[in-house]
Amino acid sequence: MSRFKKGKGKGTPGISTASLPDIVFMLLFFFMVATVMRQNTLMIENKLPMANQVEKLDKKDLIIYIYAGKPSNQYKTTYGSEARIQLNDKFADVSDVKAFILAERASKREELIPFLTTALKVDSETNMGLVGDIKQQLREVDALKINYTTRKGDVQGNFNN
Amino acid sequence: MAKRDAPEVNAGSMADIAFLLLIFFLVTTTIEVDSGISRLLPPMQPPEEEPEIIKQKNIFQVIVNRTDQLLVEDQLMGLTDIKEATKKFIDNGGGVGEDACSYCQGMRDPSSSDNPSKAVVSLQNDRETSYKMYISVQNELVAAYTELRNEYAERTYGKSYEEILTEFDKVYLGKNDKLKEQIEDIKKKYPQIISEATTKNN
Repeated sequence: MSRFKKGKGKGTPGISTASLPDIVFMLLFFFMVATVMRQNTLMIENKLPMANQVEKLDKKDLIIYIYAGKPSNQYKTTYGSEARIQLNDKFADVSDVKAFILAERASKREELIPFLTTALKVDSETNMGLVGDIKQQLREVDALKINYTTRKGDVQGNFNN
Repeated sequence: MAKRDAPEVNAGSMADIAFLLLIFFLVTTTIEVDSGISRLLPPMQPPEEEPEIIKQKNIFQVIVNRTDQLLVEDQLMGLTDIKEATKKFIDNGGGVGEDACSYCQGMRDPSSSDNPSKAVVSLQNDRETSYKMYISVQNELVAAYTELRNEYAERTYGKSYEEILTEFDKVYLGKNDKLKEQIEDIKKKYPQIISEATTKNN
């Protein structure tokens, strides 16, 4: 008789949360794998221009980054408001670009060197004079593959601020 | 006394720890794929070498001046019109004999470009030109080429160049020989020849 007696009335059974850690771990691993830690702290304003005819740059290890733009607010007092180049974590001069490229190149494996691409991350408010100087430097060290990094969007978006 | 089991570790807080880590990575993650307009710079020229002479009619000159105005083939032009003008120039196909262009759809004007592989778009800028204008112009020039390639692919293969490219990305390696051939062919028919002249100093 008592064998069939229901113990605890008719309350809905609680949902088991035992698999919650698993789910969270799954998400965690996804983000761990997808995370790219920002390599450089930007010391400049870097609002990239927009373009829609873009190609993707994959293979992060084959890209050398050169940043350029006006120093951001906290550096304005020391470095002025003229657009400057940033290599790694430091402000640099146009003449430093060559040495930087050569150093980067030396740190890569030899068979990868022909595939190195230089990504120019230049603020949209920069004058072409600076970009032209960088390009000239790159030509001199034979780093001919470049990429003007842009955001995806319509070009008209570049002009309405 | 009976053997006592080691007490079980309470795993209840595992979820909390995992959440903590998860939130950390969520905050630090920037899933960014860099993309942009790729260009190949011209190699340095040996000083004694004479530059190759290109016929004037095969050069499409685009000048962006210091106030971001566009001068295209000696005509003032807006950013929106440059794509059509470039397409017209590249696809002109005015060449005869050896230079004739069998697939061009243009006007065949003898005073404009011979064929797409001869046509050079020369982009000049001033030191004061703004970068955003320069990129916008570059983008429009590339867009002109992309549209021509699309139209050609549509005529020859029945789908646009961009479709072929996305398909090429999806197909497994080894099975895409045909697509690769098509892409090569399209690229050969409309090669992107954009020359970025060295910045003028004045």
